[in-house]
Amino acid sequence: MSETIETDVVIVGAGPAGLFAVFELGLLDIRAHLIDILPRAGGQCSELYPEKPIYDIPGLPVVTGLGLTDDLLKQIEPFHPTFHFNEMVETLESKGTAEKPSFIVGTDAGKTFKTKVVIVAAGGGSFQPKKPPIAGIEAFEQKSVFYAVRRVEDFRGKDVVIVGGGDSALDWTLNLQPVAKSLTLVHRRDAFRAAPHSVKAMQDLVAAGKISFKLGQVTDVKGADGELASAMLKGNDGSETQLPCERLMPFFGLTMKLGPVANWGLNLHENLIPVDTEKFETNHPGIFAIGDINTYPGKLKLILCGFHEGALAAQRAHRYVYPERKLLFQYTTSSTNLQKKLGVS
Amino acid sequence: MVKTSLDDQRTRYGAEPGGGAPTKAKITFIDSRGQARTVEAEIGSTVMETARRNDIPEIAAECGGACACATCHVYVDPAWVEKTGARSPMEEDMLDFAFDVQPNSRLCCQITVKAELDGLVVRTPAQQG
Ligand SMILES: Cc1cc2nc3c(=O)[nH]c(=O)nc-3n(C[C@H](O)[C@H](O)[C@H](O)COP(=O)(O)OP(=O)(O)OC[C@H]3O[C@@H](n4cnc5c(N)ncnc54)[C@H](O)[C@@H]3O)c2cc1C
Ligand code: FES
Repeated sequence: MSETIETDVVIVGAGPAGLFAVFELGLLDIRAHLIDILPRAGGQCSELYPEKPIYDIPGLPVVTGLGLTDDLLKQIEPFHPTFHFNEMVETLESKGTAEKPSFIVGTDAGKTFKTKVVIVAAGGGSFQPKKPPIAGIEAFEQKSVFYAVRRVEDFRGKDVVIVGGGDSALDWTLNLQPVAKSLTLVHRRDAFRAAPHSVKAMQDLVAAGKISFKLGQVTDVKGADGELASAMLKGNDGSETQLPCERLMPFFGLTMKLGPVANWGLNLHENLIPVDTEKFETNHPGIFAIGDINTYPGKLKLILCGFHEGALAAQRAHRYVYPERKLLFQYTTSSTNLQKKLGVS
Repeated sequence: MVKTSLDDQRTRYGAEPGGGAPTKAKITFIDSRGQARTVEAEIGSTVMETARRNDIPEIAAECGGACACATCHVYVDPAWVEKTGARSPMEEDMLDFAFDVQPNSRLCCQITVKAELDGLVVRTPAQQG
C-alpha cells in the first residue's frame, strides 16, 4: 500500500541535528517530515545516553541527553514537523535537475515521499538490531528469523524461540504465546531487565506450563530454504539440547550501522558523506548532509556543529523550495515576522 | 567494522590521565584469532579507552563508555578475574546485550586501570555488534 506524501524537505534521522534543522527550516517557511528507524526522537542522545549530562551545548551549562531532546522538541513545536518513527528510509531517487531538484523517498513501511530537498541527518548510521553470531543465520532472516514482529500471523501455530531478557523479549513472549504452538524463552540468567509486571506474567506462564524458560544461549540453527526446524540450546551447565524451532527472535539490543544511506549514489569517505562548508550540500544538488554523518576538513562530531550545519543548509534549501523568493536575514529577537512564525508575537 | 561517532570523540570525551604521580600499567589484548597486543595504559583510564587509543581491534565501544551498548565486551583471563573485581548491577544488565557471555565476561569500559592491574590479560570476541 503506498501513500505519497508531498513536502518541502524530508529529513532522514531525528537526532539532535535533524531536530534543530526543523527549526531553521521553519523560520524560512519550509515544512519538514522526519523519518527515523527508532521509536522516538533524539538519536544517540536518547538511545545511548539519555540520563548522562552534556556540558557543551552553548547556553545550557548542563543538560541530559533526554533533556536536550525534549527541549529541542519543544523548540520546534511551532513548526509542526511530522514524525515517522519505526521506519527506515530505504530508497532515495532523484527526479529533478540540478536547478530544480526533486526526490522520491521510500521507507521500509511502504511510504513514499515526494520532496524538493533531502537532508541526511543519519548520524552514526541507523540503529539496527544486533545479529547473533550464529553461522548461516542470514539465510533464515525475514523468513523464520525475525528481529521485530511485523505480522503476528507469521507466528501462528509455530514453534517459537525467543532469546533475550529485556522488554522486547518479554513483551513478545507474552504477545506471541497465545498464537504460537510452543514458545521457549532462552536467556543467559534468571534475572530480567524488563518491566516487573511482564516478568511476573512470563513466570506465571512458565508455572502454568504454557511456555518454557531455558537458561543458556542459542548457538546453532538447522533448517532448509529459509525455514527453520530446530535450534541448538547450549545450557549454562554446558549441556546441548535441540529445541523445536520454526521461528527465532533474538533480542540483543541495537547497534549503529550505516545502512541504506550507502545506496543512494552519494559520495562516501570512510562511511561519511563529504559536504562543502558553505551549504553542507553533498555531491548531489538538493541533498544535504548534517551532523555526525558528514565530513569536511576540520569536522568535529559535536551536537553544536550539527546545529550550525543545519542553519546553513536551510539557507540553501530555501533557494530550492522558493526559487522566486529573496531571502532576508532576520533575528528572532527583533523580527516580528519571525516571532509570528514562532507564535510569540 | 562501521566507523562510529566515537572514533573522533575518544580524545575529547575520554578520561585524561589525572595529575599526581600516575604510573602506567601494561595490558594485553588477545584477539579472537589469538593475536596478542600489549599496550601501556594510563592509571585511572578505563580498559576500553586504552583499547581505543591503541587501535585495538574487536572493541567497538559505540556508546563511548556510558555502559549503554555492550560493544566493549571482553573475557578477562581467569588469573585476573579476582583483581578486576565484580560487575556492577548496571553492567550485569547490559551484558544481556552481549553475545556468548561467560562467567569471566566484562564490559571493559567498566574496568578502571589500577596499578594492581599491571599485566592484565583480556580476550576480545569475534563479534561485538
Ligand atoms: C556516550 C556519548 C556521549 C556524547 N557526549 C556528547 C557531548 O557531551 N557533547 C556533544 O556535543 N556530543 C556528544 N556526543 C555526540 C553526539 O551525541 C552526536 O554528535 C549527535 O548525537 C549527532 O547527532 P545527529 O543528529 O547527527 O545523529 P544521531 O544522534 O546519530 O541520530 C541519527 C538518527 O538517524 C537515524 N537514521 C540513520 N539512518 C537512517 C535511515 N536510513 N532511516 C531512518 N533513520 C535513520 C538513526 O536511527 C538515528 O536516530 C556523545 C555521544 C555519545 C555516544
Ligand atoms: S562502551 Fe558501551 S558499554 Fe562499554
